[in-house]
Parts: sequence; structure tokens; C-alpha cells
Amino acid sequence: MVGAQYFTGIDYLLSLPVILLTLFALGILLIDLMIPTEWKWMNAATALIGVLFAAAGVLKVQLVQRELAEHGQRAEYAFMHSLRMDHFAIYFTYLFLAGAALAILISVRYLEIEREHHGEFYALILFSVTGMIAMAAGFDIVLIFIGLELMAISTYVLVGFLRSDRRSNEAALKYLLLGAFSSGIFAYGLSLFYGLTGSTNLGDIADGVGREMAAHHEHATPVMIIALLTTATGLFFKIAAVPFHQWAPDAYEGAPTSVTGFMSVAVKAAAWAMLLRVFVWGLYPLRNVYLPLVVFVSVLTMTGANLAALTQNNLKRLLAYSSIAHVGYMLLGLVAFASVEYPAAVTDGFRGILLYLLVYTFMNLGAFAVITSLRQRDVIGDDIDDIAGLYSRAPTEAVLMLIFLLSLAGIPPLAGFYGKYFIFLSLVESGHYVLASLAVVYAVFGLYYYMRIANAMFMREALDPSRLPVSAAMKVALGVSAFATLFIGLFPNSFIQLVTWSLS
Amino acid sequence: MPQNYIPIFLFIAVVGFLIPVTLVAAKLVRPENPHRTKLMPYECGIDPVGSSRGRYTIRFYIVAILFVVFDVETIFLFPWAVKFKALGVFGLVEMLIFLTILIVGYIWIWKKGALDWV
Amino acid sequence: MAPVATPFFFYLLSLLTLGSAFLVITRRNPVHSALALILGLLAQAGLYLMLYAPFVAGVQIILYAGGIMVLFLFVIMLVNLERAQREEQFNKQWLVGILAACALGALFVFVFWKGSGLFPTSLEPMAEASNTQQVAELLYGPYMFAFEIASLLLLVAMIGAVVMAKKRI
Repeated sequence: MVGAQYFTGIDYLLSLPVILLTLFALGILLIDLMIPTEWKWMNAATALIGVLFAAAGVLKVQLVQRELAEHGQRAEYAFMHSLRMDHFAIYFTYLFLAGAALAILISVRYLEIEREHHGEFYALILFSVTGMIAMAAGFDIVLIFIGLELMAISTYVLVGFLRSDRRSNEAALKYLLLGAFSSGIFAYGLSLFYGLTGSTNLGDIADGVGREMAAHHEHATPVMIIALLTTATGLFFKIAAVPFHQWAPDAYEGAPTSVTGFMSVAVKAAAWAMLLRVFVWGLYPLRNVYLPLVVFVSVLTMTGANLAALTQNNLKRLLAYSSIAHVGYMLLGLVAFASVEYPAAVTDGFRGILLYLLVYTFMNLGAFAVITSLRQRDVIGDDIDDIAGLYSRAPTEAVLMLIFLLSLAGIPPLAGFYGKYFIFLSLVESGHYVLASLAVVYAVFGLYYYMRIANAMFMREALDPSRLPVSAAMKVALGVSAFATLFIGLFPNSFIQLVTWSLS
Repeated sequence: MPQNYIPIFLFIAVVGFLIPVTLVAAKLVRPENPHRTKLMPYECGIDPVGSSRGRYTIRFYIVAILFVVFDVETIFLFPWAVKFKALGVFGLVEMLIFLTILIVGYIWIWKKGALDWV
Repeated sequence: MAPVATPFFFYLLSLLTLGSAFLVITRRNPVHSALALILGLLAQAGLYLMLYAPFVAGVQIILYAGGIMVLFLFVIMLVNLERAQREEQFNKQWLVGILAACALGALFVFVFWKGSGLFPTSLEPMAEASNTQQVAELLYGPYMFAFEIASLLLLVAMIGAVVMAKKRI
């Protein structure tokens, strides 16, 4: 049972995005050795081209799948069912690539100012996207775990990339220790599931767990509960849900701002893809067991994060807590999903999470892009005083920031509203009225702390009234994010269709 | 079968037995004549200065972690070598891809000067 | 050859593992802790051998007792040992630690008590002689993609170490 007869061309084709990203990342490592310091921006360009090529690779995968579907064939699985390029994975791959492209654009000038403009930065971003794709498209816990570690280790290094900055070093160390610890717990849970079912494939695990449940009158056995608890702990760590969120504010604050933006969207989306893969595809028979757990964690997350965000004066910390709060809202979508029977549940709770992640990518990265541009030669630019009077220094940016903030708060005509809307709707549909009203109350809290930033931008005097220089790449990133935030908000229908497609 | 390792375990047991026995035997046989100078560390006839537990440079750390990485790489080579014939050309190409990726890393650390000592 | 004294060796190795683990956390001199850890890892390798997994035992010895411990010792030498020994540890959370450890221990005992037989027995023990071959068949067959991603993981670890620790890159 050994050898090439396992795999056909379609196996390799489905992994095309991963192959392309790897080639470009390796290319950047080698090219970086040859080019002089003033040409370092070429690495960013190479990385961007790599992201575009990977997107083209995903498109190619889609086209081939469509062609095969016309002949009545399904080509989703590759490498003995360990990789599954279904619509879910394709959707997330596009999301990661978008996040990575925006992060690359906002990094160029920032890294020059920090005097840490090295090619490894972009190679690491591409490597971490490779890991993310393995997480979202992996259908085997071994592949998912290796993808998780690839993404996590790249991100630890990116967080500590400002090597002369003590805050950056401290953040990297904290993130590394807690991340490694949570990975260990996660791996322990997965190993128990392997022991219970005898397979590392998520589909087989779902079958095996279902059989075990049926054998015990639909009650989970103690081993199963421990396996579920440890797995869930690992997953909640990765999405930074309270009470496993302690690493997030510190890591977000210390990391280079563009990396913070990248972490808060792409890394978070990857963790979500993994969580949904494991909870929905792998552990669906256990949904009645994890439902109370998810309810508990989501309420705790919304409460803890929203209250903590009220008093923050550091912009990056504030947005870190706000991103934890968003995780709380998204977990509510999982609650709605797990509390209804399968066909109905697919529609709203799940769609809400995916749409939320899509709009969140653009609006949050946009907000971080504005904060990144505050960094100047002599200004660290992550305190709320640094953004004061932004309207007089850079009116366009201030207005865009306001759009992002309003969208984050969930004000109707903007994209953020539809993310929240679908999740609240699904909650009401599944009968969780208390949770829905609680979430609305916390959304008002959110409005308060986002408006604190807006207040500082428009109502206060700038400490340094000089105009804020904005690089061309940053303008592109801001424009794309703002356009997406507005466009999704004004024409949500096609995106709702997109999300529905990704679950078909 | 763990029984196959019985000789090894027996060997370990013999070692555990033999060390105390030799030590005790030496204690019984040797002449007892302690002196303070005998306890002093010997460094080419010069009295040592300061502690031996000084701090080492970070370069050792880089070398150590690179060693671990390449150690893991060898572990991956091992089962491949065991099944080399059955895996055939497919296995060879697979392993070459694996090694190419790591060799790119090797070229990178070399050119970056992480292996230079001064 | 008939099974000889399997329980004896199991208890011996477990005792060695537990004893050295205890030494690791009680010794104040980190070098002594590291040496005790090596002993514990070797005893664990013995346990793997008893579980018909010589490949895992080999990995344990080469990687953990060999590679990782070298790294540990280097790191111990990097920190200023004498100062670290003299310094008062400020997080003396004995009570919390003991409570957490007891809770975890009780959990394991509970699962062991209630859960014997919960794992399906259909997985037949593998023949020991072919353990490495079976690892090879799986690793270079169905898990091929994960294996190639693992090389990227190693590459990133390399880059990470150099980026974080080297003065000029």
C-alpha cells in the first residue's frame, strides 16, 4: 500500500494555492539575500504577487471543480481525505489571502520607520497563510495541527519582529508560551479523540463519536467529555475567548501594528475555520454537550471584553479587547447553530459567523491601518492621545477611521451591521431571546468605546499639528478596506449569497 | 515484544549494581589520606578565578536550536530509509521536496552569517 | 520467549519517570533538574519500548534526551545562574498549584476508574518488529501532505530562531 498510486493529478491541483505560496515564500528568502537595503520593498512586491498567484490558484481549483461537477464528479478531497478543498475552505482561503495582502501593504513604510525592513517578514506572512490554508482545508487532525503550528510559529516571530523593542520581545515571549501551552492541551484532546475512534480523519471521528454516543444512549462518556473539554480549551485559546484571552491584549499591544492587524483578522479567521471544522464537521454528534459550554464562554467573552475595553487608553489594547468582544458575538452564531437540528441550522447562525469574519477582516484591518500610519520617526502612535486631532492632520484618514469604527460598532448602513444582524437573527430564530438582548446591550457598550476614539479624532486638539504623511501602499490598503466596508454594507445580498454558497 | 529488550534491561540492572559495588570496594581497599590541596580544582597549575558558571554568548543558542531542527529532519529520514525500496521513486521525490525546503533554509542561515563564529 | 517480569519493568520505569520528574521540580540547581529530566525521558523511552513502539522510543532518545536537552542546557547557561539562585521566587502560589494538581489528578483517577474499557478495543496492537515500517508507510503515504507541511514548520522554526536571536540579520 505504498507509492504514487495513491494520488492523481487532482490531488496536487487541489493543493495548488499552498504550493504557490510556498514557492513564493522560499523565493523571497533567497531573493532577499541578494538585494541591497534600499530595494527591500521588492520583497513586499514579490509577496503581493505571490498572494495574487495563490488567489489565481484557488480560482483554478474552483474552475476545475466546476468542470468536473458538470460530469457529475466531485473533486473535494485530496491526499487520502486529509485535505478537503470544499467551498468552506475556498471561502476562507480567499479571506486569508485578502488579510495577508492588506497586511503586506500597510507594513512597508511601517517597517522602514522601525528600521526592521527585512525580507523574512514577508516570507513569514506567506508561510503563516500556508498554515492557515492547511487549517481551513485540512480534514485530518494531523494536518490541521501541523497547519496550526506553522501559522502560530510564524506569528510568534512576526510579533517579536521589532527586535530592539522590549515590548515586542515581551509580547512574543508571552504569546509563544501561552500559545505552545494551548497547543499542547489541544493536541491532548485530539489524541483522546483518536484513541476513541481510531482515526485521525474528521469524518471518521464524527462517525466514531456518533457510534459511541449511540452505544451509550446518547450520553457522552467521561473520556469523551475530557477530550471535548481539552479540545475546546485549545480552540478557545486560539480564538482568544474569555477566560483564555489573557495573551491577546499583551501580544496585540507589543506586536508591530501591521502584524497586530494581521493577527486580529487572518490569524483569528484561521482559528475560527479550525474551530468550525472541528466542532461542526468532527464533533457534530457532541453538539448538545458543547452547547452549554459555548453559551457560557460567549457570555463571559462579551462581558469581560466589553467591560475591559471601556477603560483602555492604548489604541491597540482597546482594539484587542474589541476583537475579543467580536469573538463573543461570533460564538453566539455557534450557539444558534448547535441548538437547532441540522438543515435549518446551516442557514443563519453559521452564515452569520462567516459573514461576520468577512466584514471583520476589512473593517478591523482598516482601523489598524490607520493606527499603523500614526507611527512616525519619533511617535510610537498607539496611545489615544496620538490619534487626537487626526481630523485636522489627515482628514481623509480620520473619516475612513470613523467609517471603520462605526462599522465595528454595527451601525446599519455599514458592513459590520450585517455580521451582527445575522447572528442576532439566528439567535432569535433558535429561541435564545435572553442571549440576543444581552448581545444588543453589549453592542451599545461597544459604541461607547469606539466613539471615544472618534471623539478624540474630531473633537480634540492634535499634540503635533503637522500633516500626517501617508504612503501610497497605505492609501491603497485604506481604500480597499473602506470600499469593502461600504460596499458590503450597501449591497449585502451578493455577499449573503457568497456565504450561502460557501456552505453548500 | 518487550522481552526482546530483556538483555538491555538486565544490562542496566547490572550497571546499577556494579557502580555501588566498585565504589564500596575502592573505599575498602584504598589508603585513607585526605588533604585540602587535593580538593582544589586543577587548571594547569594556576588557581582558578571566579565562577565556572559564567554566561555564554547567544550564539551557542542559535547553534543549539539549529541542531535541534536538523535533528528532527534526520528523524524524518529514518523511517524513509527503512522503507526505501518499497517507497520507490515516489518516496524519493517526496523526500527531495522535503529536503529542498530545508536546504533553502540552510542556504539562508549560511548567507545570513548565523553560522559565522566571529 | 515467554513474557518475563513485564509488570516489574513497567513499575520500575514508571517509578523512575515519576521520581526524576519530582527531582526536576524540586532541585534548585537548574543543571541538576536538567539531568534528572534526561533520566525521566530515558525511562519514558523504556515505557514506549514496552508499548511496542521502538521508533517512538528512538525518537524520544535522539530528540528529547539528545537534542532538546542540549538546548535546555544551553539556555540554562545563557541565564545568570548565580543570580537566579539567589533571587527570591515571587510567585509562591503553593496552594493554588497543589489544588490544581489534585483536581487534575482526581480527574485522571476518575477517568481511569470509570473509563476502563471506554476506548474501543478494536485497535489491534501492532507487531513490534514492523513499527518503523508502518510509520513509514503512513507518513510517506496518506500523510504525505502533512509531512511536506512539516518541513515548512521546521524552516519557520529555523528562521524564527535566527531572526529572534541574531543581532544583525
